Amino acid sequence: MEVYIPYYKSESKFRGIFSWIFSTDHKRIAILYLVTISVFFLVAVTLGFLMRIELMKTGKQIFDARTYNQVFTLHGVIMIFLFVIPVIPAVMGNFFLPILIGARDVAFPRINLLSWWLFLSGGIVALISLHTGKGFADTGWTFYAPYSLRTGTNVSLSAFAAFIIGFSSILTGLNFIATIHRLRAKNFRWFNLPLFVWAIYATSWIQVIATPIVGLILFLVILERIFGIGLFDPSKGGDPIMFQHIFWIYSHPAVYIMILPAMGVISEIIPTFARRKIAGYKAIAFSSLAIAFIGYLVWGHHMFTSGMADFARIIFSLLTFLVAVPSGVKVFNWVATLYKGSINLKSPLLFALAFIFLFSIGGLTGLINGALASDIHIHDTYFVVAHFHYTMFGGVGFGFFAAMHYWYPKMFGKMYNETLAKIYFFLMFIGFNILYFSMMILGVMGMPRRYYDYLPQYEPLQFLATVGSWILVPGIFLMVFNFVYHLFKGKKAEQNPWGGVTLEWQIPSPPPAENFDYEVVAPDEPYDFKKIREKLKV
Amino acid sequence: MERVMEITHIHRDIKGAKIGMWLFLFSELLFFGGLFLIYSVFRYSFPEDFAKGSRELNLTIGTINTIVLLSSSLTVALSIAAFEKGKKSHSLFFVFLTIFFALLFLVNKYFEWSDKIKHGIYPGSDFLTSISRGEASFFNLYYVITGIHGLHVLIGVIIFIVMFFIYLKEPRKKISLWGSELKSLKGKSILGIEINENVKEVKLDIRLIEKEEIVKKVDYTKLFNAGLYWHFVDIAWIFIFPLFYLI
Repeated sequence: MEVYIPYYKSESKFRGIFSWIFSTDHKRIAILYLVTISVFFLVAVTLGFLMRIELMKTGKQIFDARTYNQVFTLHGVIMIFLFVIPVIPAVMGNFFLPILIGARDVAFPRINLLSWWLFLSGGIVALISLHTGKGFADTGWTFYAPYSLRTGTNVSLSAFAAFIIGFSSILTGLNFIATIHRLRAKNFRWFNLPLFVWAIYATSWIQVIATPIVGLILFLVILERIFGIGLFDPSKGGDPIMFQHIFWIYSHPAVYIMILPAMGVISEIIPTFARRKIAGYKAIAFSSLAIAFIGYLVWGHHMFTSGMADFARIIFSLLTFLVAVPSGVKVFNWVATLYKGSINLKSPLLFALAFIFLFSIGGLTGLINGALASDIHIHDTYFVVAHFHYTMFGGVGFGFFAAMHYWYPKMFGKMYNETLAKIYFFLMFIGFNILYFSMMILGVMGMPRRYYDYLPQYEPLQFLATVGSWILVPGIFLMVFNFVYHLFKGKKAEQNPWGGVTLEWQIPSPPPAENFDYEVVAPDEPYDFKKIREKLKV
Repeated sequence: MERVMEITHIHRDIKGAKIGMWLFLFSELLFFGGLFLIYSVFRYSFPEDFAKGSRELNLTIGTINTIVLLSSSLTVALSIAAFEKGKKSHSLFFVFLTIFFALLFLVNKYFEWSDKIKHGIYPGSDFLTSISRGEASFFNLYYVITGIHGLHVLIGVIIFIVMFFIYLKEPRKKISLWGSELKSLKGKSILGIEINENVKEVKLDIRLIEKEEIVKKVDYTKLFNAGLYWHFVDIAWIFIFPLFYLI
């Protein structure tokens, strides 16, 4: 008889913590990422919270101006490079991608471990740059030249940290592509892959193709600072606009590295909790690829006010509008899936619905930014800050929270407290909207982003935004408590608590070390809820 | 027999490994692509200055380096071909030759750079700040691009030294039996271990006595991938050389 041993108890040649940090098991690596990323996330949340306190009223509250600049840079660097970009591919992708395609591990398990080590090293280098030299960079996470070349702070080391993390991202991406191509279970056709796999696949391509460019630009900033090369510094004959172009050639596609996996998660959760086949499977799959592709052509919209030919600005504005089409396709398909579904309103679905709501606001305000004329007015104001927090936090953040609630029972074999989950969901949702919608109005009123201090007419809304953060942040900490506490005290989870149909729900929770002890046969249809519906008599 | 074996299932997927390497080379291509993009923008802005700058580079050393690097690409290919035929010592010799050529390239580069630096041409020097913007950009780019390429050559040297020692020990195979393969062995015994349901995996570490005909593709995947990397470094130089020295 087969003995079932969950992955976290299986033996290996290492003991204790080493059995984790030297493990090549994709599930253990996912947990490693989860722990490290969560720590970074909470640090960055705290920094954001402190910034809100600083901005609560005019004048100095807790920081001086320089510290404020460093704090928002650190907040941005950690959130972008250490949370939003890696979180879903590295945690959920690592854990569930092999299971969803019926594989026992990723294609290159050791490279997978190396990615985590690189990720951790990058984080540590960022920490070192915080305490050495003249402190962390104060440039904003974009490291714009020429300021980043001239400021006395520790830009070289901070940029190097991001460079290392970029390398980790490339390796994760190529690993996933090879895994999806080579390790699908028998008979697995492309069009019965779960949509999360499609999303990760599109993301991985962007990671492989786009990340080297940000690596390059950061590398050049480092070289320029150390050797005094003058490629971007206008005083040495360089061109700072070129920095922006090359930076955004990467960093705009990176926006889709962030959001596509979250969309994949939502595509998994919606059919499970509507107990209904997803509407427009192929449309969703292809829209992922379309977003990945069009995402390459729109970088110029970050630079409408930097000095570009009018014709180029019009073209970039038009192309930016095009990205809204595949995104819209996805949103409509999710809503269509819910229509006439037998809806099971549990916390993962709540977070998924919040995702749709918040991401729609983020996406539609994106059109306002992408439209050339309105962008001239709101460029570099709080409107942009609100827009990207709606997409990045409302999209990726809530997408990740949805994924955590959805897959938590499978990952740890324990159930969290559903009532508590609903309570903090509403705290977070309400706090979020108070916080960032105030910013949106502030932006339209003309409050510039990144400013340490502001005119008195912005004070009421700034104060309101800070109040929003007082509702949002306790919600986040309650969520962390819910997960950590129930890891030890939670009820044991069933194999399939939500009635999901994809492969991960057909193995025990938590999964055994090698995922499957039987020959996996691919389903004929990825989202077939007939049996589930018959069982529930709905 | 209650015994759970170590879980380090070693699957050997040659095609997968190659896909991985090609994807990595894609990312490298984009990395160099960005550099060429910067080059082309500056060249478009200052065509005359770039032509003037390129005349100051040492064409002889550049040509020698091109020949050296092309030869090293050949020796890698020969090394792989020799391995394919099971001629291990030939293969190792060619790996050694590749390392030699790569080092030769770096030594040449060193002389070329130090010559320029002696004449005061280096990033941030007084000379570069005194000449025209275009020409200064040319030399800045020259140092950045050939420097990054040189770094890749250096990494290549390290890779091939590692390969040399790996293949000094090869062919050596680890065989692991898993799941369905084990079912066919049920009730039998391998090296004194009886195979029943509780055995999840069997790992055999066998050192094969060197015998030419048993070398399989699986054995030289690493060398093959190192070769792919090296060809990429070579091709990158094939673009860098005319951009800086010839046009």
